This record gives sequence, structure tokens and C-alpha cells, in this order.
Amino acid sequence: MITITIEDRNGEQQPIEVPTDINLSLMEVLKASDYSILATCGGMALCATCHVQVLEGYDDLPTAGDDEMNMLDTLPDAGFDSRLACQLRISKEMDGMVFRIRGDEQ
Amino acid sequence: MIKTDICIIGAGPVGLFAVFEAGLLKMRCHLIDTLPQVGGQLSEIYPRKPIYDIPGYPTIDAQDLIDRLMEQIAPFKPEFTLGERVETLLKQDDGSYIVGTSDGSLIHASVVVIAGGLGCFEPRKPDVQDLANFEGKGVEYMVKNPEHFRAKKVILAGGGDSALDWTIFLADVAERVTLIHRGDTFRGAPDSAEKVFELAREGVIDLILQSNLVSVSGNGKLNEVSYIGRDKIKKSIETDYLIPLFGLSPKLGPIGTWGLNIDKSAIEVNTFDYSTNVEGIYAIGDINTYPGKLKLILCGFHEAALMAQSAFKHVYPDQKLSFKYTTVYGVNSF
Repeated sequence: MITITIEDRNGEQQPIEVPTDINLSLMEVLKASDYSILATCGGMALCATCHVQVLEGYDDLPTAGDDEMNMLDTLPDAGFDSRLACQLRISKEMDGMVFRIRGDEQ
Repeated sequence: MIKTDICIIGAGPVGLFAVFEAGLLKMRCHLIDTLPQVGGQLSEIYPRKPIYDIPGYPTIDAQDLIDRLMEQIAPFKPEFTLGERVETLLKQDDGSYIVGTSDGSLIHASVVVIAGGLGCFEPRKPDVQDLANFEGKGVEYMVKNPEHFRAKKVILAGGGDSALDWTIFLADVAERVTLIHRGDTFRGAPDSAEKVFELAREGVIDLILQSNLVSVSGNGKLNEVSYIGRDKIKKSIETDYLIPLFGLSPKLGPIGTWGLNIDKSAIEVNTFDYSTNVEGIYAIGDINTYPGKLKLILCGFHEAALMAQSAFKHVYPDQKLSFKYTTVYGVNSF
């Protein structure tokens, strides 16, 4: 079990506990935790509606693949700490990380 | 005007299988898709990816599934309008519909089935003050005809491949090209990025890094774009055109304005028959939503079967539907 902290669009931070043996992406965990993200494409790095900013722990995440890089490069509001939650698989290394939800709400 | 029983919007796997389920009940289908070929995401995005959860196929490549669906529905002679986007829906006095496309095709059908998957891909628009007021008046989201920009001042914004490629191309065409990018490097396409840096060093273009667009202004027509750079100071550039190139994002598009109940960009349906809140319009596959919805091809197939049973009453209002197994009656082509 790890704990990650999620900051919603209103700036409110909430810790959530996630088991690490579930083989889910951060996007799926956010959806399951009732955060309002569209995840239109279902995890294929196509829509960027699960765009998150990594406030703490960015350097400890696996580097983004080509699909994710290309998508982040096109986004008007992505920063150097931006990732797509659908491309981040929940792992032990994510314990203590802080993510801010950025993707479009509609 | 094309006449059919069911107009299916979207020619992905679920739209294609709907032709089969409709065909068993003697209903003809016409499909429209914004892509130039059938198959939706499967053919466009991941044709060679294996799919593991199609019943009866331990594994099947996405394009193979589409090819087999086309073979399966061939007896029912579906017709297609491809490469056109659905724009309008007009309800007729008898309850039927006329669907209109971006290229002016008109399809008259008793029933409309939306099997639009992710929706259609539209340019992503940055959050810039007054941007919408200048769309078509200097703000363009794609380069349709580069000649349009000959001897004009053009600002491009974005950091993806298309922003780089058009910067390089328009450098030879426009009077002056400026590229504004929020980062200071370009992560994709190293060759194009190097070329853009070279053009900037040679003074052929202006490259403004670590900067974000903030507003646009002009008197009826765009003539100034403002941005904020690393130093947090707002600066302005005179220009004829601004081309924000921030990729494409899937949107419902014009379907979103048809009076359908929408939840998080998906169309709400009744799981009894996958009908929407509008009589005679159904939504199946990834584009719909209901409690417990799973975005799976196999779920879309199930939805197509139930939709067809319900659509029958619109197409043949005077006939009674009797359910028949293909194992008993076979597949009777048109």
C-alpha cells in the first residue's frame, strides 16, 4: 500500500491510499477515486484529458515514452513537470508523490 | 438524397457490427465516418495491435477484426460516406431524420445510431483572451493552403511536430514567421527542431521560447498578439495571422448540440435498448455512458444487438418482431 496526494482543480489536496499490486494506471486510480477526469481515449495517450502536474517526485518516475512525449509537447498548458496519468503505472516508487489534476474537464 | 433505414454515425467495429444486427432484422444501413476509411481507431491508430478480449479469438490484430467484420456484414450491403463529418440533424414530420455532412451529403433514415467512439478530433485551443473573436479573422487552427500566408506576417504557437514543420515551411513563404513555444527545447522530431534553431540563428525566423500567449487584439481583424515570457513582462507583436498548433483532441463535435443528454462528453442512454433521450436516436459503443459502462468492443457489440431489436419498431411500425436465431434461420442477404 502506498499513499499519494492528489490536488484537485480547486487546489485542495487529499491523500489517497493505493495498493501497488493492482496493475492500474494513475488515471484509472483517479477515476476510481471519483476525481472528475474525462479519460476520453481510455489510456492510449491520445486525448491528454488525464494531464497531471507532478508537484513532488517527478524525477523518480520512469521517463515518458514517445507517444506521451509527443502529446505533452503539443499541449498548450504543459510544463516540465507534466505527465499523462494514463501512462503512469502505480508502483512502490510513487509513495509520497503529489499530483495536480490539469486535464480538460469537458 | 441517400435513403436508408438506419444511419450509423461512425464506422468503427461497433458501427460495423450494428449493420449485421440490423441486417438480420431486414433493416438497411448507411454509415458515415469522418475518417477516409472504415475501422475507426482500430484502423487509424493501432491496426497491428493484438486484441485479446474478442470472444472466440484468443488474439486478433485490430485491422484483421475490421476486415472480418466487413466480411460478416457484406451480405447486408451497407453503404458508406467516408471522409465527411456529420454536422446537422433535421427531424421530419413523420419522425424520421435527415443527417447532413460537412460536404453536403444528406442521408434520410428512420433511425439514427451514434457509434462515434472517441468522437471526432478537433484542434486543441489554447486559453487565450479573445481568441474566439478572431477565428477566421487572422486566427487559424490549421494550414490548409500555405499560399494563403504568402508575404504575410505569421505567428505560430506550439512545440509539437506540426508547429516545427509549418514553421520551416512557412519561413520560405511568409514575410516573417515567429514561433512561440512555452518550453526551451522541443522533445519530438530532433531534425526539425535543429532546423528551426538554425533558421532562428540565421535570422530567418523569430523564435520566442519559454513564453505563453496571453491575448490577441485587432480592429475586426487580428493585428496584434501578446505573450508573457520568462521575465513575466507582457510583450506584443504585430501580425496578420496567428496559427496555434496544439494538436488534436477528441470532441463530440456537432453531435453535442443535438439536444442529447451528455455526461462528461459521453451520451447518456437507457440500457433497456441503448436509446437516448431523443426518440429514434440511439448511441452505442465508447461514445455512450450508463451505470457500469465498460468501454470494450464486446460491450459495444451487445449494445448493437439490443439497439437493433428496438430500432425495428421505428423502421417497421406495423410489423411484429419475432426473435430468430442465425443457427435456425441462417443469414439471409438482401
